[in-house]
Amino acid sequence: MMWRYLIPISVFLVLSAFFVKGLSLNPRYVPSPLLGKPAPEFELPRLKDPNLSLGSVDLEGQVSLLNVWATWCVGCRQEHGFLVELSQENNVPIYGLNWKDDRNTALDWLSTLGDPYIGSAFDELGEVAIDWGVYGAPETFLLASDGTVLYKHIAPLTRDIWTSEFLPRIISECGSIPCPIANN
Amino acid sequence: MIPEIGQFALILALGLALIQATIPLLGALWSREDLTAIARPAATGQFVFVMAAFIVLCHAFLNDDFSVLYVATNSNSALPTPYKIAAVWGAHEGSLLLWILILSAWTLAVTVGSRGLPHEFAARVLGVLGIVSVGMLLFTLLTSNPFERFFPAALEGNDLNPLLQDPGLVMHPPILYAGYVGLAVPFAFAVAALLTGKLSQDWARWTRPWTTASWMFLTVGIALGSWWAYYELGWGGWWFWDPVENASFMPWLAGTALIHSLAVTERRGIFKSWTLLLAIAAFSLSLLGTFLVRSGILVSVHAFASDPERGLFILLLLGAITGGSLTLYAFRARYLTVEGGFRLVSRESFLLMNNILLVVATAAVLFGTLYPLFLDALGMGKISVGPPYFNAVFLIPMLPLAVLVGMGMHTTWLRMSGEPLSKRLLFPAGIALTIGIIFPFILFGQASALTLVGVVTALWVIASSLLEPAKRLFQKNRSPMPLTRGQWGMYLAHMGVGVFILGATVTSSYTIETDSRAVPGDRWQVGEYELYFRDIRRIEGVNYEATEGEFEVWEGDQLVTILRPQKRVYRVQTSPMTEAAIDVGWGRDLFIALGDPLGDGAWSLRVQIKPLIRFIWLGALIMAFGGLLAIMDPRYRVKRTQEKDAISKQSLETA
Amino acid sequence: MPNSQQLINIRSGLGLSILILASAAWGIDPMPPFDDPSLESSYQELINEVRCLVCQNQTIADSNAPLASDLRREIHQMIGNGASRPEIVEFLVARYGDFVLYRPPFHSKTWLLWGAPIILLTLGFLVFARILKSRMGQPLSEDEIAL
Repeated sequence: MMWRYLIPISVFLVLSAFFVKGLSLNPRYVPSPLLGKPAPEFELPRLKDPNLSLGSVDLEGQVSLLNVWATWCVGCRQEHGFLVELSQENNVPIYGLNWKDDRNTALDWLSTLGDPYIGSAFDELGEVAIDWGVYGAPETFLLASDGTVLYKHIAPLTRDIWTSEFLPRIISECGSIPCPIANN
Repeated sequence: MIPEIGQFALILALGLALIQATIPLLGALWSREDLTAIARPAATGQFVFVMAAFIVLCHAFLNDDFSVLYVATNSNSALPTPYKIAAVWGAHEGSLLLWILILSAWTLAVTVGSRGLPHEFAARVLGVLGIVSVGMLLFTLLTSNPFERFFPAALEGNDLNPLLQDPGLVMHPPILYAGYVGLAVPFAFAVAALLTGKLSQDWARWTRPWTTASWMFLTVGIALGSWWAYYELGWGGWWFWDPVENASFMPWLAGTALIHSLAVTERRGIFKSWTLLLAIAAFSLSLLGTFLVRSGILVSVHAFASDPERGLFILLLLGAITGGSLTLYAFRARYLTVEGGFRLVSRESFLLMNNILLVVATAAVLFGTLYPLFLDALGMGKISVGPPYFNAVFLIPMLPLAVLVGMGMHTTWLRMSGEPLSKRLLFPAGIALTIGIIFPFILFGQASALTLVGVVTALWVIASSLLEPAKRLFQKNRSPMPLTRGQWGMYLAHMGVGVFILGATVTSSYTIETDSRAVPGDRWQVGEYELYFRDIRRIEGVNYEATEGEFEVWEGDQLVTILRPQKRVYRVQTSPMTEAAIDVGWGRDLFIALGDPLGDGAWSLRVQIKPLIRFIWLGALIMAFGGLLAIMDPRYRVKRTQEKDAISKQSLETA
Repeated sequence: MPNSQQLINIRSGLGLSILILASAAWGIDPMPPFDDPSLESSYQELINEVRCLVCQNQTIADSNAPLASDLRREIHQMIGNGASRPEIVEFLVARYGDFVLYRPPFHSKTWLLWGAPIILLTLGFLVFARILKSRMGQPLSEDEIAL
């Protein structure tokens, strides 16, 4: 029995198994190495008032969302309605990171479309975004009260994603939703 | 109305392909000549209908029929006519139709060229080709119909991607596909042999020209793609080891191994299972390439946007065709092995090593291309495998192979006879070492170890290839028999390899590349040239607007040329596009590309001086030409006479 | 009234085929070259090995995406401040993962990748030796030329 003649077909079958699996994967999706690690520290001027700052310290003490957005980003426009809705449900504070945008355009955008953010940090040069491993807006980070990155979602945030990915993690982190607010 | 005719034609073609795929094979099995005889007319009919469908699609493009979804997505009324034709194969559905057209064209060629073959065998070959056609036609009709309509029809089209509005696109896919798809023919010959249970030296002689012909097209197709990327994409690179580039290169490597393995099988009747496996592998790699490009499974510059549903279909096709043939191989190949000895220093031994090194190279490229998928599928994260990996890894089998190529051409069958190998090779080795080590220093002032190795190897291969032709030329009184076309082809093709290696080594080692910012009026030095940014102005094109920069290039006090790179914005798709300006020369290319306006009239520029880059594509063309000569060798003519027997005998000596 | 130049709005999400090719421009705002040529060559080497994450398959040296430009600037600054190549690589990988490097790193997940060519070559030599040995033991036969 000459086993070596079975080698080519065996190799092919193994490869095919990988190909089948591969069809269900997204090769362009880059997972975040920040998961489970402390959120990168930053301090940036606020979008609405450059004299005030917004930084990672402000995000601590509660479970919060950091949403990376920009007016030039088509997906951000798509998810904005849902974000406004979400902010009105008052479950989790939403902070914004305005990425490489024009201040006036961004302010107009928010006043026209609604502002879901407690505050937006203005990252003009994109350096903070790099620290957060941002590569394709919109991106939304779920942060624990001690600043650990619990989850990152890339692409517009929808009700479905919120329910299936964010809510379970928030509930397991806090025990309930809305999270009990820690005393500062 | 007319697009529906196209769709109907494809359905008819499918019907005929189904007949072609089943009845002749049954006829061969049951030895019924009335059934096997159906193969030729079925194949011919299939070609007619596929061609009809293709013409209908071209017609839709030329007439701006924007009710056809595919036309609306890829064309525009302002698109220049040649590009309307090219747009036919500019995206997934149309390029698939081109694939099928080329397959049926090769099949038609086989119906004509196989008249001298035994009926049952020819029927099996056509039957296997029919199976492939059925698969691809089903794929097209079920998931990728180019004739799909939508209402209300658009008033205007989305335009062809500006990157594709270029003569390169008109030529690259058809020629590349002719190669890719052509490998189905040796594949069919191999499967037919497995089905018959017999593989003779005659079989090798029949299969060889088809293999060499498709290899030729593939060589030119890949070279064209590389050349096109070089001048069109604007960054001066010529190979990126992108998954889709690899998808075309792997069949080429396997095809090269196949050509050489066929030589041994033809001459000595051995290496049958190698040859069969390589024939199956080469076409399977083509199909794999089709899968990788269209399934969305890998990220690539060239990828057609696709959905996993299409990917699954191609995977099933791959499973049926490759899986089926490899299973057949697993059970039948062992009965075909034959005794036949040879010594360590012999042509067989060198060709065996050639097979092995090319297979190692193919496997390494495949592994590197798929490794990110392996890790991701196992949940082990995501990595990238790019040029730094491939450039290093590819050299591992290829450098030794290049050295062996120079030696192998001068070996004799069975064992070394006549002059010993070392004596024959003294002269070319000497030339290669002397020129190879001295000239880089003379011309460029410095050289790394790797550069020297590359240059010496390249010159070694060239000198070794020219040895026998040179003897015929310079030693007329005591030269042996004149060379046959097959032998000329071999020497030329290998010389082409050397020329390619020379170009690749020198360009990689000595390219001067600068990114700078400049305003009109600036002068600066790049290498031995002085550049003067003379002017920048706006230009109107047929379907685009451009900003054109004008640069004077001086060498000392001689004006070498004026280069006019453009930054185009096509009116419909509005993405900016760079048209690099290149001053072409055999010694070097001078390459300027306009980047972006930086404000205050300044522009970012990429200027490159690329020595010997033309040799890369010249080498490929020489390789292909060598292949052409080899195909034209008289021993492939069907009728045989005693005189031709003598010629055949001689050309088999160095086959 | 829609004008006669109405364009189609095709949404790529419907699985239609659109040939995607890289945008053919590069480098908004090239970084000024370093005075020290060894720093400049380190910079050039690095940016040609870092992947542009928003592109289809390009280095940040060749991409004109804003993120690519930002990363080039970041790397340029780090080199100017004396960071070593391993430090810069670590910086990028900490933020984007191994995916961002075109030169795969050497660790437990990639030893097979880097080892494969050598392993394959060794296997190849073994196969060659075995076949040669078997063939050398077989008789040579002069009249095996079939015509």
